[in-house]
Amino acid sequence: MEAKSIIEFKDVNKIYDNGTVGLKDINLTVQPGEFLVVVGLSGAGKSTLMRTINQMHRPSSGSVLVDGVEVTDLKGRALRELRRKVGMIFQNFNLVKRTTVEHNVLSGKISYYPTWKSLLNLYTKADKLQAAEALDRVNLLEKLYMRADQLSGGQQQRVAIARTLMQDPKIILADEPIASLDPLTTRAVMNDLKKLNQEDGITVVVNLHSVPLALEYADRIVGMRAGQLVYDEPINRVTESDLNAIYQSV
Amino acid sequence: MEKSPELEIKKGYYDRYGWLVWALIILVVYGWALKGLKLSGIQASAGSVSKSILAGIFHPDWAYVYNGSGEDLVSLILQTLAIAFLGTIISAFISVPFAFWAARGGHEKWRLRSGSGKLVLTLIRTFPEIVLAIMFIKAVGPGSYAGVLAVSVHSVGMLGKLFSEAIENMDNGAEEAIVSVGGNASQVFMLATLPTIMPEFISYTLYRFEIAVRSATILGMVGAGGIGTPMLFAIQTRNWPRVGIILLGIVIMVLMIDSLSGQLRKKLV
Amino acid sequence: MDITTKMPHQSWGQKYHIKTLSLVLLTVGLVLLSAQVSGVDLAMFFTNIDQFTNLLVRMSHPDWAYVTIIWQPILETLQMAIIGTTIGTLFAVPFAFLAASNIVKNSWLHGLVRFFLDLVRTLPDLLLAAIFVAVFGIGSTAGVVTLAIFSFGMISKLFYEVIETIDDGPIEAMESVGANKLQVVHMAVLPQVLNPFISYFLYTLEINVRASTVLGYLGAGGIGVYLQRSLNEFDYSQTAAIIIMTLVVVLVINVLSDYLRERLV
Repeated sequence: MEAKSIIEFKDVNKIYDNGTVGLKDINLTVQPGEFLVVVGLSGAGKSTLMRTINQMHRPSSGSVLVDGVEVTDLKGRALRELRRKVGMIFQNFNLVKRTTVEHNVLSGKISYYPTWKSLLNLYTKADKLQAAEALDRVNLLEKLYMRADQLSGGQQQRVAIARTLMQDPKIILADEPIASLDPLTTRAVMNDLKKLNQEDGITVVVNLHSVPLALEYADRIVGMRAGQLVYDEPINRVTESDLNAIYQSV
Repeated sequence: MEKSPELEIKKGYYDRYGWLVWALIILVVYGWALKGLKLSGIQASAGSVSKSILAGIFHPDWAYVYNGSGEDLVSLILQTLAIAFLGTIISAFISVPFAFWAARGGHEKWRLRSGSGKLVLTLIRTFPEIVLAIMFIKAVGPGSYAGVLAVSVHSVGMLGKLFSEAIENMDNGAEEAIVSVGGNASQVFMLATLPTIMPEFISYTLYRFEIAVRSATILGMVGAGGIGTPMLFAIQTRNWPRVGIILLGIVIMVLMIDSLSGQLRKKLV
Repeated sequence: MDITTKMPHQSWGQKYHIKTLSLVLLTVGLVLLSAQVSGVDLAMFFTNIDQFTNLLVRMSHPDWAYVTIIWQPILETLQMAIIGTTIGTLFAVPFAFLAASNIVKNSWLHGLVRFFLDLVRTLPDLLLAAIFVAVFGIGSTAGVVTLAIFSFGMISKLFYEVIETIDDGPIEAMESVGANKLQVVHMAVLPQVLNPFISYFLYTLEINVRASTVLGYLGAGGIGVYLQRSLNEFDYSQTAAIIIMTLVVVLVINVLSDYLRERLV
């Protein structure tokens, strides 16, 4: 059975204004429900690759299809609707720190609301209940009304995961989600991502630095170096020495 | 530690004799400043006047503190605070667009926008506040209103600069997150930019308020309301007990405002 | 299972943002009160707007010939600022050391010194100028003394904050070999604080150049005397020439001082 791909890169290039090459001739297809881990040195283009999926970065040439839709020329409303179905998690959690956990989780739904309603916290009862359920799934319901900056790093990252759950996403992009966390909370966050992948069938793309974690959680591992894809294997064919080779400097 | 003789020579004349050049420059500058300045204008009565000022400060005119006329110390101190407070609040609102104008963005190529904004803020900052006050007195007549206008305009120079630096150094993570969930431009600004930057804006506004309280005390000297007017009058009529009580009032007011605002600012960060 | 039964209790105050709301209301109340006390009336500004624009129009035609006359007093202003700042700094250095908690361990003593410095800093420059004109008479002496006291208050605070951030290692090393207080300051503290001291001195000089241009308004010498004269005679084209010239001088001094301070870092 040949499933329709959920993300597809065709000959994608990205050159920054200052001349730096971000991505070079990227061709990559991701199947629905995959847990894809992207490895490589910092500056290899992992973040750029991820951000072209939800068009936080525009590629210079080539095409990117998300769920069968060409996204590189989306603008305005259509672009925001694409981002609505792609959740994103960041290295530094990126919560609005001085507001409550509830507000932060609900902000996953703001593309459905006009600005003034989101500002006055006029979310529907159903959305507020969904926010509570999302928090419950990451075991943080008791923190609902606390301020985000009172939480530990790992808790903040799980609030960020709850925020993406509000989007009912088909895809979750996680950009170095554990780089600012200690080993114990790292596991909690990675387990949460794996749970969403397995229970809800959400496609997950994670950028990671850690080879052991990549081997443990991935279905498939992709390696990048200097903006190019240099490695692409399903997990049962990956060896640790392959991965170490990706980290060798050129 | 050994140094090879070649290295010693390569150090060059500048490093060895540079300090001499600086010493010479400093000597010339001070020579010029001391020679040009005519400090001879000390009047004969300086000693006796200082004595009467000190006597006045130690025997302040307590009756002036409050007499219900609205022209007493307490009323005028409150008026001074009102000028500073209202002026600072208005200025904070005006400063926000200026700050976004002057803040360097990531993608700006020639920095024309931010550069011109920074220049305008420098010009505002350098324009003397009392001249502004005098100009506004022409428009609205002497009194506190002119003072409020002068503080509102002058403070933009400094607040705009501080705000723009806060914007430049802001962590834009929250903005990135709101963009990633599909928020529109106004949602990014209202839900991410403002909440992130607000505490710093408020803290700088409080700091500027401390400075505005000081300037509001002197604006009255040119007729722009507050405690400055009776202060200058008391000095000119040599009513030293009156000067003493006003000085005391100003010192207490400034100390109280500084410590209050300092505590609030500590809570914010 | 129903999620609402598991949700934490939200207090009444949290739900309606009582804290934020009352702070906003307090601020609005103070604004309204201040507006009333200071007699702010938007309409009045606009009824007299023609007077204001008339003034701006006259200021937009600066009297360039006047520049030759005001050149000398502008230089005098600069001289006042340099001498005043230097005198203030010389007095500030010992007080800065007395106020630094890592030099003077007696908290009672450095607290007292700090309170004295706080007192000095409460007085605005123009107020000091008015008093010193009464003491010394009209002329630049009053201006220099004003600037000296003003910079004393500012520099001593900036300096003691620098002293408090220095590395304790060298101090302990000197103390361990039996050096006395003065030797410690000379050998371990001064080398660490010299560059920031010079940098803050230049910064204060910058501020004093700006401040000194208006001191003459009350008779304390320099360009401010001419500023007051032109304003009293309603000769706004001269006022404009003075303001533009002082702007130029202040900007030049800022650029120079910024350049020097960057080299010091």
